[in-house]
Amino acid sequence: MLKLLSDFAVGERGTIKTVTGEGRVRRRLFDMGVTPGAEIIMRKKAPLGDPLEITLRGYELTLRKTEAACVEAELL
Amino acid sequence: MRTFALAGNPNCGKTTLFNALTGAAAHVGNWPGVTVDKREGVYKGGNENINIVDLPGIYSLSPYTPEELISRNYILEQRPDAIINIVDATNLERNLYLTTQLLETDVSVIVALNMIDEVEKAGDKIDVRGLEAKLGVPVVEISALKGRGIKQLMDRAAAMPMSRRGSTVLKDALGRQIETACAFYREKQVCSPLFHAVKLLENDEIELAYGGAKAVLEEAAAGEDLEAVIADERYKYISQKLSAIKVRKEERGALTKSDKIDKVLTHRVWAIPIFAVILFFIFHLTFSENLFFLNGFTEEMAWLPSLTELGLATKADGGIEYEHFGAEVLAVFYDGTVYSPGVMLGNLLNLFLSHISDGVITLMERGGAAEWATGLVGDGILGGIFAVLGFLPQILTLFLFFSILEDTGYMARIAFVLDRIFRRFGLSGRAFMPMIMGFGCSLPATINTRTLADDRERTATIRVIPFFSCGAKLPILTAVAGGIVGAFGIGNADLITFGMYVFGICTAIICVLLMRNTTQKGETPPFIMELPAYRLPGFGNLMLHLWDKAKHFVKKAFTIIFASTVIIWLFSHLSWKWEYLPDEQMNESMLASLGMFLQPIFTPLGFGSQLGQFGWVFAVAAITGLIAKENVIATFTALALCIGAYAGVGTEEGTEELAALINVISADSGISRAQFVAALISFIAFNMTTIPCFAAVATAKAELPAGKFRFTLLFWLAASYIAGAMIYTVGAFVWPLAIWAACAATVTVFIVLRNTGKFDIMKIFSKRRK
Repeated sequence: MLKLLSDFAVGERGTIKTVTGEGRVRRRLFDMGVTPGAEIIMRKKAPLGDPLEITLRGYELTLRKTEAACVEAELL
Repeated sequence: MRTFALAGNPNCGKTTLFNALTGAAAHVGNWPGVTVDKREGVYKGGNENINIVDLPGIYSLSPYTPEELISRNYILEQRPDAIINIVDATNLERNLYLTTQLLETDVSVIVALNMIDEVEKAGDKIDVRGLEAKLGVPVVEISALKGRGIKQLMDRAAAMPMSRRGSTVLKDALGRQIETACAFYREKQVCSPLFHAVKLLENDEIELAYGGAKAVLEEAAAGEDLEAVIADERYKYISQKLSAIKVRKEERGALTKSDKIDKVLTHRVWAIPIFAVILFFIFHLTFSENLFFLNGFTEEMAWLPSLTELGLATKADGGIEYEHFGAEVLAVFYDGTVYSPGVMLGNLLNLFLSHISDGVITLMERGGAAEWATGLVGDGILGGIFAVLGFLPQILTLFLFFSILEDTGYMARIAFVLDRIFRRFGLSGRAFMPMIMGFGCSLPATINTRTLADDRERTATIRVIPFFSCGAKLPILTAVAGGIVGAFGIGNADLITFGMYVFGICTAIICVLLMRNTTQKGETPPFIMELPAYRLPGFGNLMLHLWDKAKHFVKKAFTIIFASTVIIWLFSHLSWKWEYLPDEQMNESMLASLGMFLQPIFTPLGFGSQLGQFGWVFAVAAITGLIAKENVIATFTALALCIGAYAGVGTEEGTEELAALINVISADSGISRAQFVAALISFIAFNMTTIPCFAAVATAKAELPAGKFRFTLLFWLAASYIAGAMIYTVGAFVWPLAIWAACAATVTVFIVLRNTGKFDIMKIFSKRRK
């Protein structure tokens, strides 16, 4: 099932399918390893529900919901 | 001498390796045009000396952050003889992403596999030979922290041939496109054509600006979006090759140590309370004069005897005299209460400095120097410099704690936890740290804004830092609040003090909102960052950090602050006839007449002309506060004695002098009580929000992006003037509240309309011109 990374619940795993967004955010996501094919786990949400923390490529990455909404992933 | 550059991800141990290579003798400056640290040092451990340049920590060579741009320009334009690429062996996948980009340049590269000891501890193995073969450049295992493998790294680096042709991991997937773009750059005889070619295919804005490049991209890419493909291919290459290189002992358990710590520190409920407690202890250990509340929580509960009560010291004119040197040393650590480590260090330095200055004065007096000369040297020069140097221990203590938070990786979590709140004001979670540090001292706080990526966010943050009332402003608060209570017998000094802190925070929030919606407008910068694994900070690194800060500060104390204190001293001790005036006649000095001249300016703020003939002391105190906020109360006590308002033994806090001064002024000018109280609170507010002390101003000038400094000064003046006027007029007459509210509403509506595009001021002006 395809869904936006921002909609993932804590503990859910997925494989990234597409990355949209404008230049700077998209480039930054790519550079941090958020590329199609990468596997991610939603680790946790900050106390106020945003930003999010995901595990990817063996490290922890934090990003905001708005930025996570640029990423579409296949739920595993 | 050959130059090697260190490049690698943030948190990969680059600074540790740099320190290990060069010792502590690094030269630290800024990269031209930006305030990102530039460190340079010399490696002397091999057959030849090698110059080492530490590039900022980066994830990629895209041109989107100042760090990336600096590194990229340095590698391409300055062309170091070799790049030492530090790779965190515990996180090969993401770290090698940068390596694949570095390999595309024509510069020699050697890979340093750092933290190999941690990999081994976890039971994993890395096939170094295999990696070397895949990458085509030397790979050396090191542990920068333990000093392991560093000699081998440098020997192999020095033996490398200094010329290399760029290579790419994208050959198989995008060979044709790269070849087309590469041919274009080769024809133009650009260095590192392969690197430029790949960047062009990534739609890199710098490459697209290059003459003729756009057409080449269209030809090569044929409308395809290669940006995603390239990033994907790099990672694909790395993960495919990696499976053969990295041998895992076994699948790791679900929770690493870092995860366990994180479970507590970023807990849904406990994250913020835990952080508050940590912050409290940092400030407590740095500034508290009652360590762990050993002397009770309130003054009534105090039970420890002071040195005077123990008979080790006596109260003397304007200070305390100790029975013997031992008692004086004891007073560094204890006097009625146990001090915190920060205060102890401060006292220790001050003890040392005061003996130097006493010695110099005694020497001068014995040598028959004139009174003005000893005054100038003792009070003006030494007094001024030492007053500023006296801050150093506490600033460094505060900095030490915050460096520990940064190095352990906790600071990144704080940004993570607080980002949601700060986004409302158009800032990122990272802006919180400099602001909270402002409560201690604006200097380290301003320097700490370097962690903010966006220039506009930085400017806005630096401008509001002084509103978070620093340690040196606290005496103004307590003295004036105490003075109000003492003279009028109303209110509660603690409540006034606390209220002023809250006022400062509110002012900061309003100003940030205003700036982020007008002059410092800009979208909230992206918040996509690594949460590094928790690590114990290295002692050597921490000390080097502190040493850098101390050097910076001492240099400032002896230049800018030195000059300013001498000037102020001269103005306050010279009459217009250029005759020397002793302290008691300060009210005839140039500074006093300047104060009288400026007095009417402060009338709307309540401490101007309405305070009558002695009102100028407020104006003068406000001016001396521009040098150092400690001066405000010092000026009051000195002037109270001059005016003859107070004849008793001076107190350190200045509360009694102030109460006496208030009584004299209110009797003399016949001002109403409500007006005077409002004026005094407005005076506190003015001092809290106006231009900060000289040292902070100088730091702000160094840290602000180019061209923002003058407006920052203006901003501070305007903010404090408006804040003071608002408090005074509303406090004294109440009805102006309606006017202020109307003004605020108008400004808000105006800004909202303008930002939604419904109202364009430029359009109105241009119409009129026609």
